[in-house]
Amino acid sequence: MAIPVVYNPRSVKVRWTSAVVAVLGVAGTVGVFVAMLSLARGFKATLVSSGSSGNALVLRAGATAEIMGAVTLDEVKVLEDAPGVARTAEGPLVSPETVVVAPFPLRATGTDANVQVRGVSPRALEVRSKVKIVEGRFFRPGVAELIVGRNATRTYAGLALDNAVKFGGGTWSVVGVFDSGGTAFDSEVWCDGRVLNQVYHRPENVFQSVTVHLTSSDAFQQFKDAVTADPRMSVDISREVDYYDKQSRALTTLIVVLGSIVATVMGIGAVFGALNTMYSAVAERSREIATMRAIGFGAASVVVSFLIEALLISSLGGALGCVAVLPLNGFTTGAMNWQTFSHLAFAFRVTPALLLWGILFALVMGLVGGLPPAIRAARRPVALALRAL
Amino acid sequence: MVRVDGGRGSSSLIQVRGLDKKYQRGSEEIHVLQGLNLDVDKGDFVAFMGPSGSGKTTLLNLIGGLDVPSAGSITVAGDEITHMSRSKLTEWRARHVGFVFQMYNLIPVLTAFQNVELPLLLTKLSKADRRKHVETALAIVGLVDRTDHYPRQLSGGQEQRVAIARAIVSDPTFLLCDELTGDLDRKSADEIMNLIQRLMKEFGKTVLMVTHDPVVAQRADVTLHLEKGVLVEAAKPEGVTAGGLA
Ligand SMILES: Nc1ncnc2c1ncn2[C@@H]1O[C@H](COP(=O)(O)OP(=O)(O)OP(=O)(O)O)[C@@H](O)[C@H]1O
Ligand SMILES: [Mg+2]
Repeated sequence: MAIPVVYNPRSVKVRWTSAVVAVLGVAGTVGVFVAMLSLARGFKATLVSSGSSGNALVLRAGATAEIMGAVTLDEVKVLEDAPGVARTAEGPLVSPETVVVAPFPLRATGTDANVQVRGVSPRALEVRSKVKIVEGRFFRPGVAELIVGRNATRTYAGLALDNAVKFGGGTWSVVGVFDSGGTAFDSEVWCDGRVLNQVYHRPENVFQSVTVHLTSSDAFQQFKDAVTADPRMSVDISREVDYYDKQSRALTTLIVVLGSIVATVMGIGAVFGALNTMYSAVAERSREIATMRAIGFGAASVVVSFLIEALLISSLGGALGCVAVLPLNGFTTGAMNWQTFSHLAFAFRVTPALLLWGILFALVMGLVGGLPPAIRAARRPVALALRAL
Repeated sequence: MVRVDGGRGSSSLIQVRGLDKKYQRGSEEIHVLQGLNLDVDKGDFVAFMGPSGSGKTTLLNLIGGLDVPSAGSITVAGDEITHMSRSKLTEWRARHVGFVFQMYNLIPVLTAFQNVELPLLLTKLSKADRRKHVETALAIVGLVDRTDHYPRQLSGGQEQRVAIARAIVSDPTFLLCDELTGDLDRKSADEIMNLIQRLMKEFGKTVLMVTHDPVVAQRADVTLHLEKGVLVEAAKPEGVTAGGLA
């Protein structure tokens, strides 16, 4: 049987000042690691939830972002007649849209940040069923009225209900606030697409994208095949979810890569902290170890015992790091959406899976920092160690 | 019977032949044991004396399988331990040797009970059986009321008694005691020696003990002196066969 496990926590407790350094090192590293991942997770979740699998997004062929597209009114007509498009008595649920960015001062700092202004069809709420008016009302078609996302109204000065704001050479009044359930639209401002084209002196019959509400999510392939086969059309069609998933990738990847680099550098520091703590534990307890070896405990038992101790210290650090970042869950922050150069609000998402990764990372640090001292403890000649007082 | 001339057959419990131990210190070679012979029978109680640095601890460490000799052989109960692998030797120690050290060497974060239980964790005994053995050992050393005390809550003499309980709990073939009273006052030392003598007389333990203290040494059946790398008999003649000098 092995050296009793109680030996380890009690020994750590006795020399807790030495363990604290290692615990904090691991805690800091795990904290940063989990925070970065939950930032990426939150960003991705916000963008991905913006899309619906029951919607298709149509862009000019070759365009990678909405803002680059150009879809003509003729093409919109073809889309409206395509199979798989949802229809009501008032006609097909299709929203040709134009997106511009306009600078608004941030409430927090007073500096300008770009807000995505989306010119939509008057049927936009039916196309995107997640979006609901929570204050005021929807804009009237053909009038310079705005409805603003719930984050946008909170984040920017001036985008409050009943305010008049100037941008793009026009004066607009804010008539409503909408909630899209924590998606990217919450950071946007919406208005009538035709009015937006006029104010910005854009060709009246050209849009950047078309969002199509399908009869069901299964109808996507049918819709796509029909439109792609039409020789008049030169467009790319994707599911709305897939589009937003792709949109989120660049920044998510950047956060994850940066986070990994930072966590690696900090992790190396934490491993040295653990090495230091464990080497000094081994040195201080060399006579205890020798005594146990004399009694008949094998080298493997000693290695296992010190590994357990290192893992104990590092998992303590890991748990502490996780607890420290837990309050970040739901904390809303903002970042640049690099595809559209507009400001996007999103919240940290500290998920159980990420916490598990954090603990795992801590255990890896404990293992790397604990193994060399554990091996040294086991290799020390017993007779020699017994002489050392 | 204890002999130091190496001139007997293979009937004794511990048989040491031509034992050599050299240490390398820098370029200097220290020849500590030089062809040492020793025979110890079951139930013998031997004291080793000698000046500091004469190699007493070295000898005990070799007999206890904590170190390997430069030359020579050690046979215990028919097992030649000098050629065992390290892991074999570790198992052998667990089965045959009970160590008692000058500084007690108790594990400070374990209670008296847990310290005494340590050697039993290497056996196949059940938890209940281990408890029985530990309680018996603690009763023999007179510390049943200190089961849950930590070493720092015990006096030196009590600590050493716990250490003795730990050494005997697995009923080893022999006990090795290095200066076991070296850190104790006269009274505690006497109590410890009473205990060792009792173990020997009542339980037939074989004891090999190193000491600086002639009073302590007198408790043993035989006192041997380590001089110039070999053992020689002390003046006290009883228990040593005639012609025992190498
Ligand atoms: N690992 C080692 N390396 C080098 N020299 C050693 C080593 N161990 C012991 N020695 C030397 O061997 C000699 C014998 O040491 P040992 O500890 O056996 O003596 P001792 O008789 O037990 O002394 P004491 O009465 O002081 O305990 C000493 O000179 C010591 O310095
Ligand atoms: Mg010594």
